[in-house]
Amino acid sequence: MVRALRGLGQRVTAAIWRLGYASRFFLAMLLHSGTALRRLHLTIREIYFTGVLSLIIILVSGMFVGMVLALQGYDTLARYGSTEALGVLVSLSLVRELGPVVAALLFASRAGSAITAEIGMMKATEQLSAMEMMAVDPIARVVAPRFWGGVMSMPLLAALFSAMGIFGGYLVGVQLIGVDEGSFWSQMQASVDFREDILNGVIKSFVFGIIVSWVAVFEGYDAEPTAEGVSGATTRTVVTSSLAILAADFILTAFMFTGT
Amino acid sequence: MRAVNLTGVPGVNMSQESLVEIRDLNFTYDSRPVLTGINMTIPRGKVVAVMGISGCGKTTTLRLIGGQLKPTSGAVRVGGQVVHELDSDGLYNLRRRMGMLFQFGALFTDMSVYDNIAFQMREHTNLPEALIHDLVMLKLHAVGLRGAHRLMPAELSGGMARRVALARAIALDPMLMMYDEPFAGLDPISLAIIGELIRKLNDALGASSIVVTHDVQESLKIVDYVYFVSEGKIVAEGTAEDMKNSTVPYVHQFIWGEADGPVPFQYPSRPYDEQLMESAVRRG
Repeated sequence: MVRALRGLGQRVTAAIWRLGYASRFFLAMLLHSGTALRRLHLTIREIYFTGVLSLIIILVSGMFVGMVLALQGYDTLARYGSTEALGVLVSLSLVRELGPVVAALLFASRAGSAITAEIGMMKATEQLSAMEMMAVDPIARVVAPRFWGGVMSMPLLAALFSAMGIFGGYLVGVQLIGVDEGSFWSQMQASVDFREDILNGVIKSFVFGIIVSWVAVFEGYDAEPTAEGVSGATTRTVVTSSLAILAADFILTAFMFTGT
Repeated sequence: MRAVNLTGVPGVNMSQESLVEIRDLNFTYDSRPVLTGINMTIPRGKVVAVMGISGCGKTTTLRLIGGQLKPTSGAVRVGGQVVHELDSDGLYNLRRRMGMLFQFGALFTDMSVYDNIAFQMREHTNLPEALIHDLVMLKLHAVGLRGAHRLMPAELSGGMARRVALARAIALDPMLMMYDEPFAGLDPISLAIIGELIRKLNDALGASSIVVTHDVQESLKIVDYVYFVSEGKIVAEGTAEDMKNSTVPYVHQFIWGEADGPVPFQYPSRPYDEQLMESAVRRG
């Protein structure tokens, strides 16, 4: 019993210590972000690797999610005779929730894990040490550009996810099932509010971008410099950032949409 | 174990002004002593080897000189500056005058050979790209790989990667070169090339070099002075010739590659017969 309690205490202490270390790392990264933002080509390169190379999975997934939403939504709305509201259902679901959340989860799996693996391997092969010995700070040169690349990519990817989802919903709802095209678009236009729905969705995706990118660069930088260590760090990136995204989504939704 | 100075003179038997001075250096990791009471002097213009078996604290010594670790007590002076007392700007300024060759090169895998060598020039200078090009080619020519400037690190053999890393380490003409196991895993030809380059580049740059290695034959051909480290302590020091003729048991075992000696063949454990008896009793 005492041993179990001691073990629990050690794990809790270790978790708090690690959170503190991650927070200090985050502050150090912000302090060293000058290089990433001044030498914009470093960040643009990372936007390409994290954002542009994630486009396929984001666009295809967005389209399928929109198509499934239209199918499920039509089935439910038909029971109440309001199938013309299908456009509203698809668009609000996407811009408020599914766009930012699912895009962030996909981003964590595709780009977050890649960032962690890359930084972890750089550490394991002493590239980060070599950089330090060349008087170049790896946090400024390697970590910060990847962080900002991820933060900037995430809202754009979420917006594209939602746009493709709405297009997928249109294909299934209007072209396949036969919902009136005018109702589909006009109701969507009338019901979706720019500030309330779209801007809040963008804020969400921006916050998720910070979470995923922070977790990814931290886990990579903190990875044990072995194959096993890098593999473990990559897994932790996906698990931690996915849970953090869902938790943050609940908190943000509670603040943004309560009572509307 | 007390350090044996095979030259018979306290400290280093070299009258030149020293570039690196290590005094009473202790380093502890997780309450385990890694280095104990280390004293070393690296004179200007000389190549000094730090030898010992794997895990004896050689690489830790290099990291302390480079300021990547802080000593528990004692001090490392490079060019008169106490490394662990420098702030981060001071440390980075000092590192601009140092070059380090890592065990497996540590080339940036997302950059070509050319960009690897140009990296420091672009980071620390405002030289025009045309001049950087000429300097990169000069460094690559020095290591015999001018024709490989477009290749990526993944396309290089182990020996070539080590030579590119060497060219990168000398990119800004450092005053101090540090080599961490430069001969590890190389074929005999690459081994000879790297050995020759270490000596020639040191003399051409007027630099000082520290070679951490356990490759006896190759390193003794090129170094001016040797420190032997065992279990975090210097157990012997002297010239290459002194080492070859040494009667110190540890040095003798190391130089002549004997399987058993002061460094035992068996990892420390209980007596084997006692363990066998216990197993027999347990089986009934």
